[in-house]
Amino acid sequence: MSDLEQFRSETREWLEANCPAEMRKPVRDESDIYWGGRRATFKNDAQKAWFDACLAKGYTVPAWPKEYGGAGLAPAEAKVLRQEMSRINARPPLSSFGIWMLGPALLHFGTEEQKKHFLGEIARGEIRWCQGYSEPGSGSDLVSLQTFGEDKGDHWVVNGQKVWTSYADQADWIFCLVRTDKENKYQGITFMLFDMESEGCATKPIKLISGSSPFCETFMDDVKVPKSYGEGIPAYVGEINRGWDVAKYLLGHEREMISGADGGNTGTIGAAMKRHAGELDPVLRAELAMFDVDALAYGAMGEKFLDEVKVGKAHPAQPNMMKYAGTELNKRRHELMMSAGGSRSLEWESEETNGGKPSRNWLRTKANSIEGGTSEVMLNVISKRILDLPGS
Amino acid sequence: MPLYHDDDQTMLADSAAQFMAEQGSIEKQLRHWRDRDCPDGFGHALWEQFAEMGFTGILVSEEDGGMAMGHVEAGIVLEEIGRNLTPSPFLTSSVLAATALKSGSDDLRGRYLPGLIEGKSVFAVAVDEGSKHRPERIAMRAEKSGNGFKLSGQKDFVIQGASADMLVVAARTSGSDDDADGITLFAVPKDAANMSHDAVRLVDSSVATHTKFDGVELDGDAVIGEVDGGRDILNAMLTAGRIGSAAEGVGVARGAMDITVEYLKQRKQFGKLIGEFQALQHRASHLYSEVEIARAAVFKAQQLFDGDSEKADLMASVAKAKVAKTAGLAVREGVQMHGGVGMTDEYDIGLYMKRDRALGEFLGDAYYHAGRVAEMSGY
Repeated sequence: MSDLEQFRSETREWLEANCPAEMRKPVRDESDIYWGGRRATFKNDAQKAWFDACLAKGYTVPAWPKEYGGAGLAPAEAKVLRQEMSRINARPPLSSFGIWMLGPALLHFGTEEQKKHFLGEIARGEIRWCQGYSEPGSGSDLVSLQTFGEDKGDHWVVNGQKVWTSYADQADWIFCLVRTDKENKYQGITFMLFDMESEGCATKPIKLISGSSPFCETFMDDVKVPKSYGEGIPAYVGEINRGWDVAKYLLGHEREMISGADGGNTGTIGAAMKRHAGELDPVLRAELAMFDVDALAYGAMGEKFLDEVKVGKAHPAQPNMMKYAGTELNKRRHELMMSAGGSRSLEWESEETNGGKPSRNWLRTKANSIEGGTSEVMLNVISKRILDLPGS
Repeated sequence: MPLYHDDDQTMLADSAAQFMAEQGSIEKQLRHWRDRDCPDGFGHALWEQFAEMGFTGILVSEEDGGMAMGHVEAGIVLEEIGRNLTPSPFLTSSVLAATALKSGSDDLRGRYLPGLIEGKSVFAVAVDEGSKHRPERIAMRAEKSGNGFKLSGQKDFVIQGASADMLVVAARTSGSDDDADGITLFAVPKDAANMSHDAVRLVDSSVATHTKFDGVELDGDAVIGEVDGGRDILNAMLTAGRIGSAAEGVGVARGAMDITVEYLKQRKQFGKLIGEFQALQHRASHLYSEVEIARAAVFKAQQLFDGDSEKADLMASVAKAKVAKTAGLAVREGVQMHGGVGMTDEYDIGLYMKRDRALGEFLGDAYYHAGRVAEMSGY
């Protein structure tokens, strides 16, 4: 047996012994996701048991090095773990923007002390992070952001407003893009880290067309941000005024994450619509079939992309393509599911639809091609960086 | 297995790309033979060069003198064929017929494979009856006659039928037209009596035949595999051919996209390179995405088929449908973005459009294969 097969069989056994049956059921609503943080509570014993088991094994962040709370798995092992978890439909033990976004930025740009301090907290689910990027006047043109940190020697005084900060009202800390040099557009932004309980920091949820409020506006009114949290732990990632490099790196990650969200699941819908088989209009059936062709092809692309990323063969701008194609596909998926579901899928609040899931999810997907870079921005990047088309 | 080429495959891709660009170019092959109204639609000298490169027997086992490679490797050659619009018997002979012959007797393999490997023989495949690919229904009869069989009926869209030294023919030895069972595959030599070809040039300058069988008498040893047991062999051959034609289609799509993107970087209007216009940039970038995804689907299908996976059939249809849609987009956008010159015979983009149309139809179009995906998915 190869080492990897050995690892697979051990993983299978470990999951069998440690992943409670309750944690192998599909996520039904927000409370089924464990986000961690100061105010976090477990929904039930199973959620806690599963989290504790993973934490002890380093599986809340399996691919991170052991010294930062991970399990130090090699990419091939991490893939095996993902496959085995998905085989039994195991839920992620811990979800967080710390894991998906800040973590990768710190791993790449952070100081040793920063990594030990912040990554450990993230791995243990102690601090819930949110992302402060967009502003009312800076969406696609993010680099025009205006939130300003005035240099006061050992600290900054930050003023401004962020928007689309995911779960800011429930987050403990924010990683935030703040302008620290008004003269220098690209090299005048600092990637700051600060506590949301700081004086002058306030949040207000935004109600979306889907009825839910996963995003907030975040206001910063004379928020004092120290430049350091201790020896070797600066309050920013990378260098002062070089936060745009970190942001760009992270945007790549975010696009990979959004594009990869359905990577494990090729997301065909035709088979799921079998229960409607008798009612399906032949033209709708044809559209479902064409969709399934695209979904299965995109599934192969996701696999190929991840394989290539692992060995550095993917074009550095390829995540933009994945994000573009994946989000457009997901929007189409939900359009077709609404059509196949007919009037039942219009129900906004009924037990049968689990509180209007089909329509709320359908509306939610419209943000897929806006958040993390719009489809149009993705196409701009592909034009410039992959096709090498001339700038206008 | 990871979805990228290993070192050997990368080397093969490099040499196939170089060979096809030099020897199989549009100028040297497609335009050359087309402008001479060549009845075969391809050059025999090039076919012998394919043999020297080791391409002709790429799927043939080592015992039979071949390279014993898989569909990933055959696809590498096909993608370059597609990029250069190289007319050749590779898809029908080295992929389709060679796959069917894997089930053939020692005698049949000994009779036909050496010629294929040397690049001396050309094979055709006679499956379609009528203008659409519907292999579920096979009406052509093969009646028992003495020690052998007598074939009667007509086959259509037989690519290079009149040039072929042997035709793989799917005929019915029992049951009714729509039965899955009762199919037998025959290796019919070119000089078989009572077989006649009506050869027609197609839009892409390839040549296909309507081939009539008016009581074509064959010995029992012309049977590939078992009598009445041809459906599985036919299916394997079709899957191989669909995956192969999808690989060629990816090449067509990439070739069309590449020359179009180049054109966007050269053509000026309103004092600007037209590639500066966002309206065109976005369409080109969308096309790029589709081509990448189609390519991944083909790669996945090749791997599954090489690994004898039961999912190969589904993925073959996914690949064929996805490529047909994508290559279609590539050539339509290509002609449109070329503007007026895209309509001229002088520019190559129109040749890509013609090839895509013919290749997309071969072994089932996007609609046929999307329908199969629905059926295999149970709706």
